[in-house]
Amino acid sequence: MKEKKTVLNIRDFSVSFEQYERGFHKTVLPVIRNLDVTVHEGEMVAVVGSSGSGKSLLAHGILGILPYNATMGGEIWYDGELLTPKRQKMLRGNEIVLVPQSIAFLDPLMKIGSQIRKGKKDKASKARLDKIFEGYHLKEEVQGLYPFELSGGMNRRVLVSTALMGNPKLVIADEPTPGLHMDMVRRVMSHFRELADKGAGVLLITHDLEQALEVADRVVVFYAGTTVEDAAASDFQAQETLRHPYSKALWRALPQNGFQFIKGTQPYVKELPDGCPFGPRCEYCTAECQKEIAYREVQGGRVRCVHA
Amino acid sequence: MIRMLLLLFFVSVAAFTLVSVSPIDPLQANVGQAALGAMSQEQIAKLSEYWGVGIPPVERFFAWAGDFFRGDMGMSLLYRQPVTKVIGVKLVNSLWLMAIAWMLSGIVGFILGILSGIREGSLLDRIIKGYSLVIASTPAFWLALVLLMVFAVWLKVLPIGLSVPIGVEASGVTIADRIQHAILPAITLSITGVANITLHTREKMIEVMESDYVLFAKARGESTYRIVKNHALRNVLLPALTLQFASISEIFGGSVLVEQVFSYPGLGQAAVTAGLGSDVPLLLGITVISAVFVFGGNLIANLLYGVIDPRIRRGGSRA
Repeated sequence: MKEKKTVLNIRDFSVSFEQYERGFHKTVLPVIRNLDVTVHEGEMVAVVGSSGSGKSLLAHGILGILPYNATMGGEIWYDGELLTPKRQKMLRGNEIVLVPQSIAFLDPLMKIGSQIRKGKKDKASKARLDKIFEGYHLKEEVQGLYPFELSGGMNRRVLVSTALMGNPKLVIADEPTPGLHMDMVRRVMSHFRELADKGAGVLLITHDLEQALEVADRVVVFYAGTTVEDAAASDFQAQETLRHPYSKALWRALPQNGFQFIKGTQPYVKELPDGCPFGPRCEYCTAECQKEIAYREVQGGRVRCVHA
Repeated sequence: MIRMLLLLFFVSVAAFTLVSVSPIDPLQANVGQAALGAMSQEQIAKLSEYWGVGIPPVERFFAWAGDFFRGDMGMSLLYRQPVTKVIGVKLVNSLWLMAIAWMLSGIVGFILGILSGIREGSLLDRIIKGYSLVIASTPAFWLALVLLMVFAVWLKVLPIGLSVPIGVEASGVTIADRIQHAILPAITLSITGVANITLHTREKMIEVMESDYVLFAKARGESTYRIVKNHALRNVLLPALTLQFASISEIFGGSVLVEQVFSYPGLGQAAVTAGLGSDVPLLLGITVISAVFVFGGNLIANLLYGVIDPRIRRGGSRA
């Protein structure tokens, strides 16, 4: 296989929040720690984790739009260079784009057309939008509608259209298909697949493993703020090719593999155990798991588990 | 329309009831204790009839209401002129004042609110918020007295009261004179009005800046300036407009106090005079006119929403 250029390389990324509780007692909540993801050109990588594991913060961290009380750690490399706040400001909306979950992310009082053009009225932007809409079979009238007037089917295409106004090299899709019918999901996913096939790197953030496996090239499993495994989508065909006990548990929870679930719930940020966050729910857990665990290469993928 | 009639009916009933149970004896209040003592029984009886003392309140109210429906608001007992005429003169004086105060407080309040809400907790925000809170809790009449002291008594740059210069013929009064006399009361009214509008706009602005669509706009590389211009203004303007029209009632209420302090012969002052002097027809007239204005303001606010907000304007026809 030809070596593809790395678009995004996130190393040991972390996000923590400062919070005041009971008066002036300040606590730091490490919502994300030890997050590692790489995305190559033309590749679609899915970050899969359950709700409340801090996935959206990853997207916001890459774009530099975390809330003011959040602190970011680790390194984000984009296109071979460190992604500084200055570069983030320059690149977001143009080379690095976000596709949000729903039309709640659109201004309810601004017409679709001018909203996608970010208020610009020049000929070039208009022509560009017309072309994008044509590509997605959206009628020109849609540009004159307000977000509340869109039908469910139009929503997604409009949201994806927002990404194409720039020259996206990295597309971040944050839960782009919540509560959608499977047919619809496939259609939305095909839009992202298309973007990847045209050469952009796509980072799909989702809680739906099944959906991710259908379209993504690689799947990064995310648990309680930590990436526990980085595997090719094909590794999920059998339990044996997976590396981390949590990934295996996810595999067993898929409908075609028996719908089995494991006991317990994902730990809340404040009650994280030392070492492996999955430790308390893991049948292989040993004393070693309570130490710092390295992210290491195993059979072409990566895993954060001492037993793999 | 029915709502408005009902409102007017209840407002006038309430106002009338309050005047009826008021302990003020119209004879004593308007003629004076000493003069009353020197009068003959006949004279007193005549006066009592003029002020309607002996007639039961309910009867008096319906007599007034009947005339009112025929378009006759009665004669003012104090001014000895038709109520419509008195109100007409006073209203023009007050409208000046209130219109200026209303526009100033609306525009300044909106701008301050926007600036303040762009970044919650910034230095600018804390200054504007602190100022608004102080002003909002300051009584209008006190503020009026302070301004009066500073600008009229100490600096002597503005007149101390009234709406026209003293000792000048009505025909000799210029527009400039009128404006000069309206400045202090109008500013007092504006300053108190600003605080309210600012705090509300700020609150809404903070909400908008924390919304998902502003977050997405940021993610799309829009600058703060563009976000405010493209998204925040239109989303904040709507509730601000409603508030602005609904705030007419507050301007009316404030004008009563402020006009009293500045001896400004407007509607507010006339209301106070009418109330203290048991001039029932005039008081009821003023009450009804004020109610119409406030009702009108709220009505306009409601209608504007339908015109401006596409979700109501276009959503309604689609459904």
